[in-house]
Amino acid sequence: MNTVNLLIAVCTVYVALLFLVAFVAERSALRGRGRWLRSPMVYTLSLSIYCTAWTFYGAVGYAARSGLEYITIYLGPTIVMIGWWWVLRKLVRVGRAQRVTSIADLISARFGKSNLLAVGVTILAVVGTTPYIALQLQSVTLSFASFADAVGQPGRGDGARVSTALWVAMGLALFTVLFGTRNLDANERHHGVVMAIAVEAVVKLVALLAVGVFVVWGLSGGVSETLARIDASQIGHWQMDGGRWAALTLLSGAACLCLPRMFQVMVVENADEAHLRTASWAFPGYLLLMSLFVVPIAVMGLERLPAGANPDLFVLTLPLAEGQTALAIFSFLGGFSSATSMVIVAALALATMVSNHIVMPLWLRWTGGRASVSGDVRHVVLLSRRISIAGVVALGYVYYRITGGGAALASIGLVSFAGVAQVLPVMIGGLYWRGATRLGALAGLSVGFGLWGYSLFLPSLGGGIMPQAILDQGLFGIGWLRPQALFGIEGIDPLVHATLWSLLLNALSFLIVSLASFPTPLERLQGAQFVNVLNQAGPARSWSAGAAQTEDLMVMAQRILGAREAQAFFEQEAARQSGRPVRPGELPEPSPDFLQRLERELSGSVGAATAHAMVAQIVGGASVSVHELLAVADETAQMIEYSDRLEAQSKELAATAAKLREANDKLTRLSVQKDAFLSQISHELRTPMTSIRAFSEILRDSADVSPEEQSRYCSIIHDESIRLTRLLDDLLDLSVLENGQVNLNIRQGDLRAALDKAVSAAAAEGDAGLRVLRDEGAEAIALETDFDRLGQVFINLIANARKYCDAAVPELRIAAQSLSDGRVRVDFIDNGTGIPPEARDLIFEKFARASPQMAGGAGLGLSICRQIMERLGGAVDYLPSERHAHFRVTLPAVAAAARPGVRRS
Amino acid sequence: MSDRPRHLFVERQTYRRRRLQDAARVLPVLGIVLILVPLLWAEGAGGVAMSSAVIYLFAVWAALVGAAMGLSIFLRDDREDLPEERRGEAE
Repeated sequence: MNTVNLLIAVCTVYVALLFLVAFVAERSALRGRGRWLRSPMVYTLSLSIYCTAWTFYGAVGYAARSGLEYITIYLGPTIVMIGWWWVLRKLVRVGRAQRVTSIADLISARFGKSNLLAVGVTILAVVGTTPYIALQLQSVTLSFASFADAVGQPGRGDGARVSTALWVAMGLALFTVLFGTRNLDANERHHGVVMAIAVEAVVKLVALLAVGVFVVWGLSGGVSETLARIDASQIGHWQMDGGRWAALTLLSGAACLCLPRMFQVMVVENADEAHLRTASWAFPGYLLLMSLFVVPIAVMGLERLPAGANPDLFVLTLPLAEGQTALAIFSFLGGFSSATSMVIVAALALATMVSNHIVMPLWLRWTGGRASVSGDVRHVVLLSRRISIAGVVALGYVYYRITGGGAALASIGLVSFAGVAQVLPVMIGGLYWRGATRLGALAGLSVGFGLWGYSLFLPSLGGGIMPQAILDQGLFGIGWLRPQALFGIEGIDPLVHATLWSLLLNALSFLIVSLASFPTPLERLQGAQFVNVLNQAGPARSWSAGAAQTEDLMVMAQRILGAREAQAFFEQEAARQSGRPVRPGELPEPSPDFLQRLERELSGSVGAATAHAMVAQIVGGASVSVHELLAVADETAQMIEYSDRLEAQSKELAATAAKLREANDKLTRLSVQKDAFLSQISHELRTPMTSIRAFSEILRDSADVSPEEQSRYCSIIHDESIRLTRLLDDLLDLSVLENGQVNLNIRQGDLRAALDKAVSAAAAEGDAGLRVLRDEGAEAIALETDFDRLGQVFINLIANARKYCDAAVPELRIAAQSLSDGRVRVDFIDNGTGIPPEARDLIFEKFARASPQMAGGAGLGLSICRQIMERLGGAVDYLPSERHAHFRVTLPAVAAAARPGVRRS
Repeated sequence: MSDRPRHLFVERQTYRRRRLQDAARVLPVLGIVLILVPLLWAEGAGGVAMSSAVIYLFAVWAALVGAAMGLSIFLRDDREDLPEERRGEAE
């Protein structure tokens, strides 16, 4: 067996092994024994599809041409991975929470499930990835050909190369279709694929390390010798374009997040967020090992191999030239692994996007609203997925055939990186800025994509696709539109130039249009969900339970999820709703909650936008429109208002009842009071009446009444009549005051004059045994009140003092004071013993007398005083703390007009 | 939410975890700075030798991997006892 045939045989066995690994992984995952499939290490190894054939072969070529610049391609992802706490943690959480199926799905879901955006990102991804797939095919054929050349069995020229590429492409498409579309897993995870990728990751790492070890210890003779050789080589001195260094690090970091295949393994295939923590150091470690021997291999290749040798193939040709065929075959397998794993995952990721965002929406539109009744959707989704995979790989193959594989490997990789990096501003903005809108994202992506195409992608294609005239003179001959010297700034490296302008203007237009536009409710809802994903894991948005028919939903779900899975899901939901185990076949109510979970489940298979559209077709509403949301909000508001009203009413009722009870109590009290008052008044009236009757009877019946006696009896009758009249006057007065029917005669005047009048009036009424002490200076207070009524109060108080003061030399001190709050205080203090404590409470009551034996009046005086002072807005009080009788009158200096009918008590 | 009593300070363990998260945030910044250092070097024949550049970059790289590994081990218990928005209320 010759060496080439041996190589083919080894490759075939290797491929068969990969199929087997994938198959076994699928089987054990299906049987639920796949825990080992989902270890953090497998996750980390699957991330290694970042290292494609471009890394395996290209890094050495890159190093041979440009020294250490190649390392930036791996430093960028290293920074992103060790900075996982910033971005990746959130990205993975969002991806899991929203059941994201691809990067296009992520962008679309963030910006209100806009399918237009998803289509845009998909096109960008396809355009950016196709050359890359071509590159992998090229690397396999190139390495195969150079292997054949080196062992002296050259292939049959171009024909052999083309057929190699074709076989490889077909094999890869077959593998991807087999293991990438076996089922429409709700989580869009592909255990077989991931496991095969992990195995390939180990193979390519070990292969590269083996070549490296051979070069350093086998050829060079140790580490120090290798370092000396490095310094002595043509790349022996540090030489770096700072702009490229920074731009490439940025680009590779961005690519690590945005490349569809990286997104696929990092976010979509992520089984457990905790795996990210391990990958945060393990993946940079993997990249370090992959890059470790690149410079020594490049240096040794430059030293040992003939001047014209392609540095991109040193990894393979160096062992071959040294006669290490086994190592060379292993190295070939490593390169083969790198290329195939990339194509598989890229094809899978792109096919998911193309199928979910382009084929399915078109199909849904063509079939109209018949999604629930016609055809098997599950079958359609799988078919479109498979066709898309074949299409993507075919596109790569066609691209390879057309370009013929001339350009250096590294340059295509970088052009591709710059293309997918255009998604970065929109993605980061969408994750961290709630103000990012769909229009802004569209603007940013269009500008970035356009500029990238114009200034980097089209010129890089060569072959006259972009005319030399445009490159030299600019579009339409406008100088500042030259693709590689935009805005007239020349002399920048084309890659740095394109990266700088496209990302800058991309981010700028994204920002400005976002600021200027207004998002739809769904966008705002999704925006909040994305940005706050680390704070809560709330639902995306709710379906209003309308006329959705569970049977219809079941029929549709069966077509997408598969009959058994759908039934299990529906039964589980029914059980969740009823809170008990259910009979097989029992269906849940189409509650918003259920619809939402169903949509999530479906979106795992067909993408968020399509799932939303499909549920919408059955539920009726195109989506939860603003009007529906408003209607729901209105209903809620109405209910809240209604219950508020009920509550207020019941409160009112309670208050009314309390008031009624109070009024009833009062009426009862008043009735008692009235009885007491009547009996009191009868008594008061009866006493003078009795004496009048008695004396008038004496006068009438006794003939022998002497004129003196007659005169005395008559004067008694007269006095009693006067007393009776006064009593009736007082009663009338009190009644008028209490009913508030009194008319106050408010005038301006002086307190001293009022007191003067009262003192003299009181003195005129009886004997002048009471000495009144006054401080006339303090009494000069201007008042505006009813002086007649006030005088009545003063007279009453002075008269009381005279009547009741039990001092040997009775004295009454009157002290007036103007208070700061606009009120006036007048104190009446005599030198008697005052009112006994037990009587104090009663003195202001009607018919109450402090000492009955000294009865001079009906006992209504103070009661009237109190009523008058209340009318005047003031008060009269007895101050119990004093040793002597102390009455205090307070009144406002300016009395408010009397308010009839309003009583203070 | 506002009914919950707000504490000015958190437990020692939580405090440690917060600082480790801070470290996890700072690490990539440190990495960027260290990676950009070579741009300051002298270039060409009289400048820094390639072997030194290789050793420097790989040493930085390995150190970053080691630091990330250490942090990831300590950050194993990454339960967030407080939502992100409420962070900063208590430290």
